[in-house]
Parts: sequence; C-alpha cells; structure tokens
Amino acid sequence: MSRRPYIRPVSRTAWYMTHVRYKSYMLRELTCVLVAVYCVLILSGLAALASGTQTRWDEFLASQQHLAWILFHGFALVFFTVYQSIAWFGLAPKAMPLQMGDRTVPGGLIVAAHYMLWLVLSAALFWIAGVI
Amino acid sequence: MAIAKKALVWSLFAVGGTMTALLFPALMVIFLLISVGHVPDGLSFGNATAFSQSWLGKMFLFGVLFLSIWHAAHRLRVIFHDIGLRADTFMASVLYVLAALGTLLTAYFLWTIR
Amino acid sequence: MSNRVLQLEIMRYDPEQDAEPAYRTYSVPCQEDWAILDALNYIKENLDTTLSYRWSCHMMVCGSCGMMVNGEPSLTCKVFVRDLPDRVRIEPLANFPIERDLVVVLDDVMEKMQRAQLHIIRSGEAKDPSSEHEQSPAALKKFKQYTMCINCMACYAACPQYALDPEFIGPAVLALAHRYNLDSRDQGRAQRLNLLADHDGAWNCSFVGACSEVCPKQVDPAAAIQQMKIEASVEWLKQNLLPGMPS
Repeated sequence: MSRRPYIRPVSRTAWYMTHVRYKSYMLRELTCVLVAVYCVLILSGLAALASGTQTRWDEFLASQQHLAWILFHGFALVFFTVYQSIAWFGLAPKAMPLQMGDRTVPGGLIVAAHYMLWLVLSAALFWIAGVI
Repeated sequence: MAIAKKALVWSLFAVGGTMTALLFPALMVIFLLISVGHVPDGLSFGNATAFSQSWLGKMFLFGVLFLSIWHAAHRLRVIFHDIGLRADTFMASVLYVLAALGTLLTAYFLWTIR
Repeated sequence: MSNRVLQLEIMRYDPEQDAEPAYRTYSVPCQEDWAILDALNYIKENLDTTLSYRWSCHMMVCGSCGMMVNGEPSLTCKVFVRDLPDRVRIEPLANFPIERDLVVVLDDVMEKMQRAQLHIIRSGEAKDPSSEHEQSPAALKKFKQYTMCINCMACYAACPQYALDPEFIGPAVLALAHRYNLDSRDQGRAQRLNLLADHDGAWNCSFVGACSEVCPKQVDPAAAIQQMKIEASVEWLKQNLLPGMPS
C-alpha cells in the first residue's frame, strides 16, 4: 500500500475571493491605507504650520477645498467607520474578557463602553477644533 | 529575540488601531468640513499654531501620528503578506523604515513650531 | 418520512491510481432528519464501498468527521440535510494533504500539539498524591470554554494564515495552550510562552476570525489568540521596561 498524499494548491494572491468572510477581512485590513493617507495629510498640515506663515497655512486649507477631497473624505468617513471603528469595537470583548466572580461581563457592555468612549472623544476633538 | 520584536510591533499596532478607531472618524469629519469650505475656528492659523506650540498639543499630535503611522505600517505589511508577497522581511524593513522617517518628520515639525 | 434526493459531489482520490483528485457525483435519497454524514454512510453501504472517510460518534464530540461541505469546514454529523440545497459538494478538510478520498493527513497538527505541552505543568515538588488541587467554579469558568475543543481541525481548514504558512502553529493548538495558561492548577505559562510567542506562534495570526466562525463547539480560538498576544505583550513590557516587576 503506497502513500502519496496530495497537496491541493492554494492561490496566494486570490484566496480571499473564495468566501465573503475573507473579502470582508481584506476590506477591514485595507482601512490602514486610509490611515496612511491621513497621516500624510496631517504631516502636510504640520509642515505648513511649521513654516510659520499664514499664507502657507491658508494654501494648505485651500488645497483641500476640491470636489475630489470632499468625495474622498466622505467615502473615507463611511468606509473607515464601518470597517475599522465598528469592526474593532465589535471584536473588543474577544480581546478583553472581563470576569467578576464566576460571571462574565456581557460582551455587549464592553462594546457599548467603546461606543461611549468614541462619542466622548469625538466630542472632545470637535470641541478642540472649534466645530462645537 | 523573536518575541521582543513581534510583541513591540504588535502592541503599537493594537494601541494604534484602538486610537484610530476612536479618533479618526471625527478627524475625517473635520477634514470634510474643511473641504467644503467651512474651516472650524480651532483651525485658524492662530489657534492651530497656539495648539501646536503648547506641550499638550505637541504630545497629542505626536501621539496620534506616531501610533497611526506604526499601525498603518504594520497592517500594510500584513496585507502584502496576505496578497502573496513572500518577501516579508524586505517589506517589513521598507515599511518600518518609512514609519521611522514619518515619526522623525513629525517630531521635527512639532519641534520647529514655536 | 419523505425522502429528498440529494446530488452529492464528492472529491475522490486514490493515491495508487489517480494522478490527482476528481469529483464523482452520487444520487442519495435522504430522510428528513439525516445529517450529511448519514448520506455518506448510505453511499458507502449501498452505492460505493470504496469511499473512505473518518467518522465515529455521530454526535459532535469526537471530532473525527470534519470535512468541507459546500466549501465550509464542518462536522458532517452536525450539518443536517434539511439545511442544505439539492447539490452538495463534499471535500476533504482544506489546508491538509489528502491521504485518500475524504481522509486527510493530520500529522502536522499532532506534532504541534505535542510541542505545545498541552497538559498541566507543575513546578517544584509534587504534592501529596492523595491531596487535591482546589479549584473554584469561578476559576473553572475562566478556561472552560477552551476545554471544549474536540480537535476536529475545522479551524485549520478555515484559517488563511495556516493555508499560506503551514508552519503556523494554528488556532486549535493556541486555544488549547491558552486553556492551560488560564487553568489555575497550571504553572507552565512561561514554558509555553516561549513557544507560542515565537515567529510561527500567535503573531502569525491576523485575526481573520474564520476559525471561530466555523468552530462547531464555540471554542472561539480567535479570542484565545488575541488574549495570548496581549499577555505576551504585557510580559514583554514587564521584562524590558519594568525590570523590577515580578512576572
């Protein structure tokens, strides 16, 4: 009796296309591209600010005032909120199970705490920026 | 030590992920407001400079950028691995060097805003 | 009881005759309350005795009958015919070499389980054998979920990181290691940490979460792995930034 185990090939480049859960995962990971873009944006802003001149700062703000940026920021807001924030908060209870005595804190409470924090911090950021 | 590098890199990624999840949507709203022409008061040249001159402001901006940069760098590395790129060490080096440069740039700009 | 005829498209592979696996379709009259495993047994008994596959308890506790059912890693004794469409594709568990038909080679995971030292490790002198290790219900609750693993390997079939890097220790082994780390009777955390915080250990996981989705016993290996990453990170912090602190 001879053994000849067969190894099924797996596509290294397209494995995630085989199931919706893997596609969702890739979309979730791709939010980091948005993070990278905003890092560059904030750095450009800092660079303009560091020049010390009002003109450079105004130029930076003006450079944002294009339809392309409006669409980008709108898209980024929705995509990032869904695939990063909401996804991340949803997974939080898995990473930090809380047990009091022999009862576990319901995951929903941990998720809710994250959303509360999100609201508070967003409000704080809006207040600092003078939005509210 | 293998444990050391991975633990550090992953910790930065995890803290960065939590921070971006909590702060970036609001940040994006602010950018959206700027792009439609409604620049919030706090982002006038005077206020923005004052904020960036304060130590609290500097620490906040550095913290946000530092964590976001390293979060994105590590996650991009994982993405490249997931789409089939085998040269993981090479990609990691490139991305982490870029992240280090970004961090230095951030520190530099924040230092020069007096 | 009404019969429904299902078309089972099964991946067959005879290592002595076939160059590669191929599908063969069987028409199976299924009773309403059947699991898909019953359909496989029907084929074996009535249509094709050469069909090879593993199964045993038929009640989701032994972990033997793991296979791909319409692309989803499943226990064939747990998937019911009433929940399936008329065409059902059955393949051996993904990410494992095929031994024959629906039987896969599980040596890799067996070896990893040995390496991970999945048993209570005690340090120091052995206690009086007639004494007990006391463990409160609360202490048991901490790790009970992770004891439910029946080693069916569905999680490995679902894990893309295991598919891309077979050296990855993988979800079940990590979840079981976590089970022992959380057990108040165990004192082997440091030993396991060295293995599991290594390159092919917990860090290979990118929290896809597919493992937890397919686990038939709700072990939630993904959660176990994230908790291990946090533990290892805190451990690193203590060792490198706060050297005075006890681990």
